[in-house]
This record gives sequence, C-alpha cells and structure tokens, in this order.
Amino acid sequence: MIELLATRWAYAVFVFVMATGLYVMIGSPNLVKKVIGLNLFQSAVFLFFVASAYVAGGSPAIVPSEGGGGPYVSPLPHVIVLTAIVVGVSLTAVALALIVRIHREYGTLDESVLREVTDE
Amino acid sequence: MSDVVLPLLVAVPVLAAVAPLCLSLLSSETGWYVAAVTTAIEAGLAAVVLSSVYGGDRLVHAVGGYPAPYGIELVGDGLSAPIVALIAVVSLGVVGFAYTGGPRRNSFYSAYLLLVGGLMGVSVTGDLFNMFVFLEITGLATYALVAADRSGRSAVAALKYLLLGTMGASFFIIGVGYVFITTGTLNMIDLSERLAGSYATRPVLAAFGFVLVGLGLKAAIFPLHTWQPDAYTYASDTVTTFVSALVSTVAAYAIGRVILTVFTTSFLAAVPLARTAVVGFASVSVLAGGALAVVQTDVKRMFAYSSVSQFGLVVAAFALATPDSVLGGVVHLVGHGLMKGGLFAAAAILAATHGARTVDDYARLGYRSPVVAGVVAVLGIALVGVPPSIGFLGKYYIAVGAVRAGAWPLAAVVFFSTLLTLAYVARLLERLYFASPNAAPDRASGALADGGAATPTSGPTSAPAPSPSPPSDPDAADDTAPDEGDTRTVRGVSTGMVLLTVLAAVAVVALGFANAGFETLLDPFLGGALP
Repeated sequence: MIELLATRWAYAVFVFVMATGLYVMIGSPNLVKKVIGLNLFQSAVFLFFVASAYVAGGSPAIVPSEGGGGPYVSPLPHVIVLTAIVVGVSLTAVALALIVRIHREYGTLDESVLREVTDE
Repeated sequence: MSDVVLPLLVAVPVLAAVAPLCLSLLSSETGWYVAAVTTAIEAGLAAVVLSSVYGGDRLVHAVGGYPAPYGIELVGDGLSAPIVALIAVVSLGVVGFAYTGGPRRNSFYSAYLLLVGGLMGVSVTGDLFNMFVFLEITGLATYALVAADRSGRSAVAALKYLLLGTMGASFFIIGVGYVFITTGTLNMIDLSERLAGSYATRPVLAAFGFVLVGLGLKAAIFPLHTWQPDAYTYASDTVTTFVSALVSTVAAYAIGRVILTVFTTSFLAAVPLARTAVVGFASVSVLAGGALAVVQTDVKRMFAYSSVSQFGLVVAAFALATPDSVLGGVVHLVGHGLMKGGLFAAAAILAATHGARTVDDYARLGYRSPVVAGVVAVLGIALVGVPPSIGFLGKYYIAVGAVRAGAWPLAAVVFFSTLLTLAYVARLLERLYFASPNAAPDRASGALADGGAATPTSGPTSAPAPSPSPPSDPDAADDTAPDEGDTRTVRGVSTGMVLLTVLAAVAVVALGFANAGFETLLDPFLGGALP
C-alpha cells in the first residue's frame, strides 16, 4: 500500500480529486458549486491521462530533424486532454449560462429551494 | 480516399451551423432555410451511404489521409448505416415540422445543425476518443436545445441533463483511458484485436464498466435515466420530437458499437458476468421504465418513461450479441426513433390545437382530431409490437434471439415489455376513443403557467391552415385553446405538420415489411463481428 502510494501517487491523486468532485456535485445544494464539482471531476480525468503518458526522464515529444533524442513522453494523451479541456470549457460556459437564466427566473441557486418553486 | 461521403456527412452540418449565426446580421429568420437545405443534403448523403452499404460495401475513410491505427477512421457499415439514415430522415422531418411550428430564431438552427453533425459523427466514427468528442458535441447542442424555449423550467431540466450527461461522458472517457493504457490504441478495430487475450485483466474489466455506465447515462437506462423525463417534458415540443427520436438513440447505438466492435463477442464469452450484468440492468430498465410510464398523467412524461423501457430492450439485445438479437436491436432502435418522434410530434399538435397535455385531456380527441389521434393510435399500437409494423419486427427479432440463445429471462422480459407498453398505450387509446362524452377535460392539471412569454403561442401563423382534421374547425377551438403561458407549445399547426405525422405512421407500418431489407443490410456486419 505504502509502496503503491509512493510509486503511483499520481493515480491516487486522480481518484481523490475525482471522488471530491463527485461528492461536491452530489452533496452541495448550490448549482454553481455543482458546476465546480463537475470541473474538478473532469480535471481529475485530465490528470489521469497526463499521468499515464509520463515516462520517467522523458522529454516533450519534439523530435529533432535528425531523429533520436528519446525517451519522450507519449504525446497522444496530451492531445486527448487538450481536446477534452476544450469540451470541458464549453460545457462550463453552457452550464453557467443556464444558471444565470435560472437565477433570473427564480432568484435562487439553491437546489432544494428550486425544487419547491418548480413543483408548485 | 474514395469514401468522401462519410466526412461530408459530419462536416456539412457542422459548417452550415455557422451560417445562421452569420446571417443573423442580415435577417433573423433565415436559419430555417439554411437548416432545410443542409438536412436535404444530409438526406442525399445518407441515401448514398445506405445504398452502398446495402450493396455489401463497407465504407471507410481515413481522416486527413493518416492511415488507420494512427489517424481517425470513419466507418459506414451495417450497424451505422441504418442509424445514419434515421438521423437524416428525422432531422429533415423535424425541420419541416418547425416551419410553422417554430422556433424560427437563427440561433436555434445553429444548435440544431450542430446536433445533426454530432449525431452523424457518433454514428460513423471508428475511433473511440473521436466518439467521445462527438458525444459531447451532441450533448452540448442538446442542452442548448432543451433550454431553447427560454422558460425557467426548461433551464433547470437542461442543467440537470448537463450535469448528468457530462458525468456520463466523463465515465466514458475514463473507460477509454483504461483501454488506451492497456493497448496503446484508440481505433476500434485495432482495439478489438489488441484486447484479445487480456479480457479478464482488471483495467479492461473496469473499462467495460466505466464505458457502459457512461453511455448508459447518456442513453437513459434505468436507474441512470433521471435527467430524461424532465428534459423531454419541459423542452419545447419541437425540440422534444427531435431529441427523443435521436439523441438517446445514438447513445444506445454507441453501446452496441462498443460491445460488438470494440469488446466483441469473445469478450462476452470470456467474461460471462459482463453479459449477465448488462442484460440484467437492461431488463430492469425495461420493466421499471414501463411501470413508471403506466402511472404517468402527463403524456410527454409517459412517452419519456416509455423510451427508458424501449432503450433497455435495445441494450439487452446488443449485450446478448447473437445475430438475431443484434438485428432486432438495430431494427428496434430505428423503429423507436420513428415511432417516438411521430408520437411526440402528434402530441405537440394535439397540445397546440386542444391544449391537451395530460392523459385526461385526451378524452374524445379521437373524434375532434381524427387524423392526428389516428396517428397516435397507429404509432402507439406499433410501439406495443402489433404486426405489421417496425415495432413488431424489432421485438420479434430480439425475442427470437433470446429464445435461440436460451436466454429465457430475456424472452420473458420482451413479453412483459409488450404487456406494459400495451398498458399505457391502451390508457391513451381508451381516452381518445372510448371516454364517456361528458368526461370534461380537467383543465387545471393541464395548465403549466410558467409566466414566460418569450415564444408567443399566438404568432402570425397561429391561424391553422385548412387541414383534413378538425384543428381547422372553428368549433374545435373552444374553451380548450392552448395556454398562453406555456412556452413549449408550437407556434401554429399546418396541414404539412399533420401530414408529417401521418408519413411517420405510414413509414412505421411500411417498414414492418422490410425484414428482408434489414437482413441484407446487416448481414455482412453480423457475419464479420459475430460468430
């Protein structure tokens, strides 16, 4: 267990951040905090991908024209994470836009109050 | 790169989605024309895909000219071609429906075309990460569309959908990450080869679980369905027609694609628990969704829970993964899209002409709007699975697959799903045709005054065009006119809209005779991916 934490701590952080994000999403009644929880959850996934790409002593995968020069970290997960970040940002934007409208309509961001207002 | 039609299928609507926003500078109601032209082009492209796949081809396109295991591959085969055709037909039909039904804002059509592009992308991609990206494009556009009527309720429903949908997509991408670190590839065919031999390892099992839960959230499989009834009920009627027919459909398609192409039947054979678990959850979804649909009073909500039930059936069929059941799953997926789209469109027309939102409101509408009520009846009976209809065909193949595989519990579930579907459809039919003449519709329960007035229900087109059904009858527009405060109601009802629902009903019945066609279409795929 200790050895696992010492050598694979990045994955442990991934699980911890993911669980935190999930808990915030479920536990917090505030809609904005739910979105923050969602962002934490997504960031944990990014962390997982970047950690999986790491090679001990590796450098960024910019191969000189004459070749050689390794070892390199795997560039593919980085590309994936870049794309996923873009997706995450647009989702956050849509979520916040919806929250602004909900606040304008009902004057609250509290989930339980909202449930009472909408279930009249 | 010969099969250029596949990238066009995705690129055309995504590029066209920009046009309505730019055209807003000139006029605020040009978006519809852009959408109409684009979806017509899509229908043409889909016809090309369908006919070449029907001829036995397997279309492959390497995006950007990068060869398959490294680059992204787009694939048109027997599994994706029917879904592509469904998306093209339904998106064209809903654009036609929106001509009078609205909304007519340009921004609506930008989101609409983006959604079409995303749906097409999910259907034709041969790359697992690319599938995630298209799922998220689909999701983003859907969240925007659900909230498109600008009421508070729909915004709450859309936010709930967004939170759960994003979580589903994140679970999916975690699963993709696990198979990626196991195999080092993202191409589906390549993955299926490299996964062989490491089926029982922990990362692969975890990946299967994460991917299935993630896609199950998107497809609204019980108990992951909680976003879906709200989103369908509170979205505007045009949006519900489109979203209900297609969005969960491609998520269910993605489940089929992942199970059959990526993990393959050898995985299911090596890990029997995986098959049992998925079939088990899907069966629970069938029964729970059906039971919840029976107790609903709101018609849109009833149809929404009915989708939970039908998608359970489709996922169970894919997880059983015998040739018959997969064929049944695809047929039922296409059939459900047509039937549910038609039902929601018919419900939209009835809501606009009679203000009918609950089952009780439907009392004796069979005599006041015979055509639209007839469509509801035909589609409802088809959904139960009465031949000749595509609803029967799908359930028949699934049941045959279950019996041939000796999966008796699933065969029983198919039977019970038919009974449950009959239970809620019969409630509706009883109201439509056999309610006692003095059963006054309970107006109080039908009213959903949100106070929002963003979309006027009495727009310039609110006078119904001459129509074969009593909506045009001045006597029909009595005390049960649509609620002014309900922003979900379509702007007006035209003959064309009624005709579209009739076409959907005719198509559902006609496709009931297309069993040979579906078998020819899927035969190469079933021969290649299945024993």
